[in-house]
Amino acid sequence: MHDEKLVKEIKKNALKIRKLIVESIYRAGSGHPGGSLSIADIIACLYFHEMRYNPENPRWEDRDRLVLSKGHACPALYSALALCGYFPVEELKNLRKTGHFLQGHPCMRKVPGVDISTGSLGHGLSVAVGMALAGKMDKKDYRVFAILGDGEVQEGEIWEAANSASHFKLDNLIAILDRNGLQIDGPTEEIMHIEPIAWRWSAFGWNVIEIDGHNIKEILDTFHNIKKNEKPTIIIAHTIKGKGVSFMEGTLSFHGKAPSKEQYIKAMSELEQEERELDV
Amino acid sequence: MRNLRDAYSSALIELGYKNKDVVVLDADLALSTKTKRFGTVFPDRFFDVGIAEANMMGIAAGLATCGKIVFASTFAVFATGRCYDAIRQSIAYPCLNVKIVATHAGVSVGGDGASHQMLEDIALMRALPNMTVIAPADATEMEDVVPAIADYHGPCYVRIGRADAPVIFEKHGQFKIGKGYILKEGGDIAIIATGTMTAEAIKAGEILRKEGIDAMIVHMPTIKPIDKKIVEKAKETGRIITCEEHTIIGGLGDAVAMAMEDDPVKMRRIGVNDVFGESGEANELLEKYGLTSENIARVAKEMVKF
Repeated sequence: MHDEKLVKEIKKNALKIRKLIVESIYRAGSGHPGGSLSIADIIACLYFHEMRYNPENPRWEDRDRLVLSKGHACPALYSALALCGYFPVEELKNLRKTGHFLQGHPCMRKVPGVDISTGSLGHGLSVAVGMALAGKMDKKDYRVFAILGDGEVQEGEIWEAANSASHFKLDNLIAILDRNGLQIDGPTEEIMHIEPIAWRWSAFGWNVIEIDGHNIKEILDTFHNIKKNEKPTIIIAHTIKGKGVSFMEGTLSFHGKAPSKEQYIKAMSELEQEERELDV
Repeated sequence: MRNLRDAYSSALIELGYKNKDVVVLDADLALSTKTKRFGTVFPDRFFDVGIAEANMMGIAAGLATCGKIVFASTFAVFATGRCYDAIRQSIAYPCLNVKIVATHAGVSVGGDGASHQMLEDIALMRALPNMTVIAPADATEMEDVVPAIADYHGPCYVRIGRADAPVIFEKHGQFKIGKGYILKEGGDIAIIATGTMTAEAIKAGEILRKEGIDAMIVHMPTIKPIDKKIVEKAKETGRIITCEEHTIIGGLGDAVAMAMEDDPVKMRRIGVNDVFGESGEANELLEKYGLTSENIARVAKEMVKF
């Protein structure tokens, strides 16, 4: 449905986001590269095609909202916001630094474009429900996107929120589950199983769609085809933790650790190589 | 005697007519908190989220980011302890316009016992940056608190009890966030009370007057930010007693002590002494935990004597 030109453009933006993630976390000396890289393609599709927003007016009432419930992945969000013009890209080098505004987890009072402060897991979907409810009350056509971690759905409040979203018939709410399979202590299914995850969301009254979270065309098509059937939608996006950097892919070790100098150089050269290939 | 929950409910409805941005949430206690009446008048602006209090706080935060003035109500024990993290992360930290109005605070809840007698809510909410903490003394004041917190932009926590309370204020219009009130001047000792204990403090003042002790009686509806000027005046008596239907840890007593900074006067705290409550009749429990005018007067006499 979406043309090759658009797909290529978003792929390029996703690579820019990935480079900025690696760069900013390297400079910060701490952060969460794994879960940031796994959502880079989804974030790129949202900010470079799907979402309606205005960097000149970050609090524009009719904008689509994004709740990054897995707040530790904020380098992906910050990179997209900077590339969209909410603040200068150079600010990314001050991530997590004292006296600068890019906090280690998103803060809506400090970062333009951040719709709600997050960080402690399990809270974001409830907030997204409130935003979607407000949209319905005000008869506005904005949508609310919420990005959840797969380990995060072990939190009970997620299911309270899931239950209320279908009860209130919030078809303007779209949750995206970053199903990369790994949480800090190990694979989700070993630490605390969440499968059958599609069945669970379906049982809570949601539209459930499973996709490859790195296939740009599939992500775009999925957003485009979401049904308005009085049900909230969850997109279970199968992703790879650390996607795009060979030695980070599918590993636990880069959940919450910055790359060393050598690792940083290798990661950047891999991403640049990928960029060159895309241009051929 | 009038009930503060009834006052809350009437004031909410009045506010609802004036301001279309007011939204009310409850978590399956709408009959007890009396928010149900708002829901009957404004069904499109009332949501019962069921028994899921933390989710209610998150929904409140989301609504507030979209310009709503949200009143979220349930019993004090669930509103604070159960939801502390949700309130911290999604309401206080982003400084959102959510008014948490909690009922059934204190031991006077009675028969339900310790599990439902919230005694540490002021301490929990006071510790949160951006949070304003209020404990009105009577129904008249409650009717003034509701529009006042709606006009104020930011998170507020209001705690009220379950029982009917004596009417202290005949007229409306005196409540201001952050302001304390000298109900009776006096030079021998100052008794500073909040919430349900203000009525007892007034009675204690009468007992003391008959015994020749001239007590200043102060009502402190806003515990955070505390009225430092009033504390300064109370200090002039040289002795302060604080009274609250709350643990002595982290509540009004601590707020007053902090306000005295490095120049304190002799002080005693009347409250629940670091124990959980128990089942019983409200009056018997207040007596058991020393939350009575007689006990306040007894402590005052001891302090004045020395």
